Amino acid sequence: MTLAVRVIPCLDVDGGRVVKGVNFQNLRDAGDPVEMAGVYDAEGADELTFLDITASSGDRETTYEMVRRTAEQVFIPLTVGGGVRTPEDVDRLLRAGADKVGVNTAAIARPELIREIAERFGRQVLVLSVDARRCREDSEHPPTSSGFEVTTHGGRRGTGIDAVEWAERAGELGAGEILLNSMDADGTRAGYDTGMIAAVRARVGVPVIASGGAGSPSDFPPAVEAGADAVLAASVFHFGDLRIGEVKETLRAAGHPVR
Amino acid sequence: MSTARKQVVVFDYGFGNVRSAERALARAGAEVEITGDYDRAMNADGLLVPGVGAFGACMAGLKQARGDWVIGRRLSGGRPVMGICVGMQILFSRGVEHGVEAEGLDEWPGTVGPLKADVVPHMGWNTVRAPEDSALFASLPRDARYYFVHSYAAHDWEMEALSASIRAPLVTWSTHGEDFVAAVENGPLWATQFHPEKSGDAGAQLLTNWIESL
Repeated sequence: MTLAVRVIPCLDVDGGRVVKGVNFQNLRDAGDPVEMAGVYDAEGADELTFLDITASSGDRETTYEMVRRTAEQVFIPLTVGGGVRTPEDVDRLLRAGADKVGVNTAAIARPELIREIAERFGRQVLVLSVDARRCREDSEHPPTSSGFEVTTHGGRRGTGIDAVEWAERAGELGAGEILLNSMDADGTRAGYDTGMIAAVRARVGVPVIASGGAGSPSDFPPAVEAGADAVLAASVFHFGDLRIGEVKETLRAAGHPVR
Repeated sequence: MSTARKQVVVFDYGFGNVRSAERALARAGAEVEITGDYDRAMNADGLLVPGVGAFGACMAGLKQARGDWVIGRRLSGGRPVMGICVGMQILFSRGVEHGVEAEGLDEWPGTVGPLKADVVPHMGWNTVRAPEDSALFASLPRDARYYFVHSYAAHDWEMEALSASIRAPLVTWSTHGEDFVAAVENGPLWATQFHPEKSGDAGAQLLTNWIESL
């Protein structure tokens, strides 16, 4: 296999502005997602992901404008997620210049949404985000058979849905990729949840993007060895703690092909 | 290169990210118009045919916009056409998706079918094996990577050289699970399975090569 492992920086944006601070030098405006996208592109990012956390739907127009401006300047694939609820939301993002669209909560409430999007736009546009955690004893839901559970509300609420079964079903319904975010590992910088990645990889035939827990370059090869086709990280890249280039060098040294 | 910018039409028939194709071609130096207009598409220096989604749906959309006529008439006059992704697949005789067969434009013999690999879609940056004398990949390093997104592919190249006097098509291969056709240069008709418009600097160079050939 010569397909390269993709390294994907994720930018959290609110009202068309990057949420978290950035330490990069020579940036005129660290809050401008378009300028940040250009930096990541120049550093060798294989794709870009915008997670739109804009609360008010009235501010959606700023999101579309941001996507439009980014797509004018960056010639690598762009995924936009956050608040996507209908095929019409997908259509607007694609028309603005997104290549792929991330869907999360709305598909949990109504799985048919996955099929509707895939049938209308092709499965390659649909990245299904799964926010999952290991089942807990104090949960109001009984443990799932895989031991991993889908969460909502940024990982604060369990759903009792088996995360591995959900990822498998989403692939069958038409998701083109699974973005697997470990809510246990997220923010810890202690490494990816490789057990969760392996459990999903064993049951899912579409690409799996590992997310949550990246803290150092050495965290990335184990995620790939567990079965991830792509590795995503947000804060370590935002704050300049890690550069895309050093992550790729570490992957290459571990024997994984990179671009 | 002549001083006048080459005029390229990105054929708009409702399938494909025409905006990214437009921006990438403009960046590579062309004067670009997005249109489904028959005459504009006929008269441009180059016609780019994008395509995403299902083979059959793309073909139906193309026919509705009379794209099959535009492509056929341009090619019979030796006028350049470039297909991208499903825009390349429909140039083969037929496509088979979910067991359903759809007719293609039949510029090249062969069938586009499911890609057999552990992980599908084939999504991401892969290398290709281009012939030494390729004009499409001219000046691009051998280890350059291009962005692919597809679940179907042409696995065989079945077109034989018609005669010694006609230059045989140049076929570029890639591998994901199995070998498949990644690009073709056949007289005025060029095509790529990958997305040059999303393939960063390597893709920009490739589009420049096409524009300069017009």
